Amino acid sequence: MKARIWGARGSLPVALSHKQIRAKLVTALEGAIGRDLDTPEKVASYIDDDLGFDISGTYGGNSSCVEVEVWDAAATHEHIIFDLGSGARPLAGAKLARYGPGKPQTYHVFMSHLHWDHIMGFPFFTPAYIPGNRIIIYGCHKELETAFRRQQEPISFPVGFHQLGATIEFVQMEPGVPLQLRDVTVTAKLQLHAGDSYGYRIEHGGKALVYSTDSEHKLDNAAERLAFVEFFRDADLVIFDAMYSLADSISVKADWGHSSNVVGVELCQLAGVQKLCLFHHEPIYDDAQISRVLAETRRYAEITGEAPLAIVSAYDGMELDL
Amino acid sequence: MELQPTQEGRASVLSPTGRIDHAHADAFKLALDPHLAACTKDGTALVLDFSGVDYISSIGLRALMVAIKQVKPQGGRMVLAALRPLVLEVFTISRFDMLFEIFPDRAAAVAAVGGAA
Repeated sequence: MKARIWGARGSLPVALSHKQIRAKLVTALEGAIGRDLDTPEKVASYIDDDLGFDISGTYGGNSSCVEVEVWDAAATHEHIIFDLGSGARPLAGAKLARYGPGKPQTYHVFMSHLHWDHIMGFPFFTPAYIPGNRIIIYGCHKELETAFRRQQEPISFPVGFHQLGATIEFVQMEPGVPLQLRDVTVTAKLQLHAGDSYGYRIEHGGKALVYSTDSEHKLDNAAERLAFVEFFRDADLVIFDAMYSLADSISVKADWGHSSNVVGVELCQLAGVQKLCLFHHEPIYDDAQISRVLAETRRYAEITGEAPLAIVSAYDGMELDL
Repeated sequence: MELQPTQEGRASVLSPTGRIDHAHADAFKLALDPHLAACTKDGTALVLDFSGVDYISSIGLRALMVAIKQVKPQGGRMVLAALRPLVLEVFTISRFDMLFEIFPDRAAAVAAVGGAA
């Protein structure tokens, strides 16, 4: 199983500004002074090994979209996706580049919820325009189909949903009731978020991945904490909404429907999770801030004295092998 | 949890000990609650001497948040003192260091709230 992050940003897509790019260049070039970077190999090593990711790269700005590859990509034309934020656009481009428009594909899409940042990529999801493709959208919200049709009404978008060439189906799921997709099992769980959201646990070949975004955790609700520990139990990877600091999430941003890195660590350690992926980054955070949060989160996992936990921070284009 | 309250001028000093985690946060909150009503503008100031606290988790931090939310509208002042390095790191990581006045030691905290130095 492999997870591929196409959109890691929360709430609103963002882009690097020219000032931010210039600052990265200045830092990188100043750091190169006196290093005799006179071969491509030395340059590559400097970029990859010596510069931090917040300087050499970027966590990216597309909103929530994660692909989970469970089947041999050469032998199947079926794909599993969580959410259709703006990251769905580059995902679509990658699929078209690989398979071309002449080879029909099936996309199984599981929706955490129907807020803009999680559906806004669909009108730009080019496979939806190509006859022969099949797109099956799963979710627990009764308004699933309405949300997708509504965002392509004329007042908001020039191409109506009814004009899409692919076959598009909607499948209503029930939380706690496993859905079987060939040899893959997907189970949804209700989460605390305005209008409800749902986390998904996907299991295949002895591996388990949990996608849990847009989910607030009330610290005084012991029963719900235990329920999430069970949902996360022994997962190889948990992709977790770590949008806010703990302080913000339980004070000024309480009831905003998001969680923190600290709670992510605690739940994952209680559940015996292998790897935690910080996700749904706060749009006002720059790369340096996200890197700082990552370093602090790793440190917190050490301080707790609980089970070892690998921690990464999601970036657009990241691939995680399970 | 026994907080061993002592009065130092107008400051009431409370001294929790051990881990304030999921197993002990309720006991900490229960022990802290009775001291909050008197923490007002003209009443007692609270100094939480954390020198005996080994670790605090999110649920323990929440108990502090609930306490400060009660105290502030009363015009009261509740401060923390003598956090061990690991506990101070937890405050920094969680950004609770931005929500609380934290003093390096008990004497400085007591002096700051107008108690005996």
